[in-house]
Amino acid sequence: MTGQDKIRITDSTLRDGSHAMAHRFTEGQVRGVVHALDRAGVEVIEVTHGDGLGGSSFNYGFSLEDDITLVAAAVDEAERAKIAVLLLPGLGTVADLRRAHDAGASVARIATHCTEADVSLQHFAAARDLGMETVGFLMLSHRVGPAELARQARIMVDGGAECVYVVDSAGALVLGDAQERISALVEEIGHEAQVGFHGHQNLSLGVANSVLAQQNGARQIDGALCALGAGAGNSPTEVLVATFERLGVPTGVDVQGALAAADEVVKPFLDRLPFADRGAITQGYAGVYSSFLLHAERAAERYGVPAHEILQKVGEAGYVGGQEDMIIDVALELAAERERAS
Amino acid sequence: MGKLSAAIVGPGNIGTDLLVKLLRSDLVEVHSMVGVDPASDGLARARELGVPASAEGVDWLLARPDPPDLVFEATSAKAHLANAPRYAEAGITAVDLTPAAAGPFVCPPVNLDTLSDAPNLNMITCGGQATIPIVHAVSSVVPVPYAEIVASIASRSAGPGTRANIDEFTETTARAIESVGGAARGKAIIILNPVSPPMIMRDTVFCAIPDDADTAAIAASIERMVAEVAAYVPGYTLRAEPQFDEPRDIWNGMARVAVFLEVRGNGDHLPPWAGNLDIMTAAAARVGERLAGGKAAS
Repeated sequence: MTGQDKIRITDSTLRDGSHAMAHRFTEGQVRGVVHALDRAGVEVIEVTHGDGLGGSSFNYGFSLEDDITLVAAAVDEAERAKIAVLLLPGLGTVADLRRAHDAGASVARIATHCTEADVSLQHFAAARDLGMETVGFLMLSHRVGPAELARQARIMVDGGAECVYVVDSAGALVLGDAQERISALVEEIGHEAQVGFHGHQNLSLGVANSVLAQQNGARQIDGALCALGAGAGNSPTEVLVATFERLGVPTGVDVQGALAAADEVVKPFLDRLPFADRGAITQGYAGVYSSFLLHAERAAERYGVPAHEILQKVGEAGYVGGQEDMIIDVALELAAERERAS
Repeated sequence: MGKLSAAIVGPGNIGTDLLVKLLRSDLVEVHSMVGVDPASDGLARARELGVPASAEGVDWLLARPDPPDLVFEATSAKAHLANAPRYAEAGITAVDLTPAAAGPFVCPPVNLDTLSDAPNLNMITCGGQATIPIVHAVSSVVPVPYAEIVASIASRSAGPGTRANIDEFTETTARAIESVGGAARGKAIIILNPVSPPMIMRDTVFCAIPDDADTAAIAASIERMVAEVAAYVPGYTLRAEPQFDEPRDIWNGMARVAVFLEVRGNGDHLPPWAGNLDIMTAAAARVGERLAGGKAAS
């Protein structure tokens, strides 16, 4: 062993994976996944609608079960793991956070677009008042350079974040891109807060980027069992755990336990495994928010235009996380163009 | 016909944009522009335009020998809550552009006619002014058990007040979707987009409707309402026909109508992408003109 620092794996199967499940997780599935992750030694398990607290909506898809019910079930099931919730200011509110805290959630992950960190301050303050651990999420981190991203991370830390993540929401960071951003954040906030990395597989680089992140000072890494997540999915938790073990980086997670959780608990309830198909690769390539994938597929079906064309156009327009309504708008525009051309 | 005189309190972007609009009005005369910072650009602009301006706050305003009939408050919720009783005592009607909601919510094409005697009127939020007319247009044809709006605005048009308390936007707008729009339950979402060049304000309205709703009647009601709003916000347009969808499992079995709107600002003080600012000030100016019209007629 090389005596490397321990890193903490946060599993987001039950949050980012919610996108791939069209937000239809049942309480039974949540209990099963939490039980298996907890036994494997995963320390933090995120449980929320894919778009965070309050995400249940026409725009993002309604949850089958209320977030708070699922959080309470997860808290009940976990013996050691902390339960985290995601909140996007502008969608979820402090009132939602309080309800999640009352249900037993103890980690608040507050997510903003990578240039809008200052909308999170009221939520960090509330989370700290509630005694929750705080994590900041800078989404679509590829859209700004390392220096600006570090400035935004500073705003979150000054607001009360104990860790700030470089979130590669589009799976668009290619190796050095991730490395530079992590280094910039470590330099800016590393002496007072941790740095994390959340990867997507749209260009199949989630795990490689996570390793580079760890090597450049990140100490919190996100994953999801079977990669279950938006777009081509997240860095698979079970692959992260196995890879870090081979690298001699302690995660506290049992490799066999993680493999069993993926293979025996999650895989059986999946209709489709996350895969880098044409739409997902287009997202990584064009820098499009991963959660847009299924929405683009639905709009493609409704309006008879290809999903990858919708995604390409959404990327060109610079739409950010939360603007799922613009997918329909773009599909309508493409459909009108086709009609004019025919 | 006598004009109503109106002061603008709060010389920031909203107050300055409102100033430009009111100076065009035949019914409202700008009495003064009031702030607290002598270095304010808005106060300087007012002086340039020949409008009396003071950095001595509401104390100055209320000490005028000729106080205004109306005050437009474009400060903060906290400031308005402190000022509102003073305006009331002085017999000045307040049109409140802050989230204070000391008085009833007003959305001009929906409920202004029923509120013309209220001493204090609250302009809800920019997203509310853009979307509540549509919710109302739908709910006046069919019952709307649930309505949801998504307001996308350019980052540059979101001021520090909005950013520091974004929950105020979502919560206030949601309440007004219910109480003014007529939905049984409301939800509001706001997205800040930093793309360059800045995106023009966009609003999407989703209403749950009955399976067997008369979609032609709903569409016609929406189109009438868009024309009514466009009468005072010229850049208010439908991006596409209202979209009707059958019930789906992922919508918990609800059918829905989706309405896609663009709000292009008039470019009075901020450029046209700041439609959010424009629709607030245009709606407030509309309230002032209606009050003036009503008072002149009575």
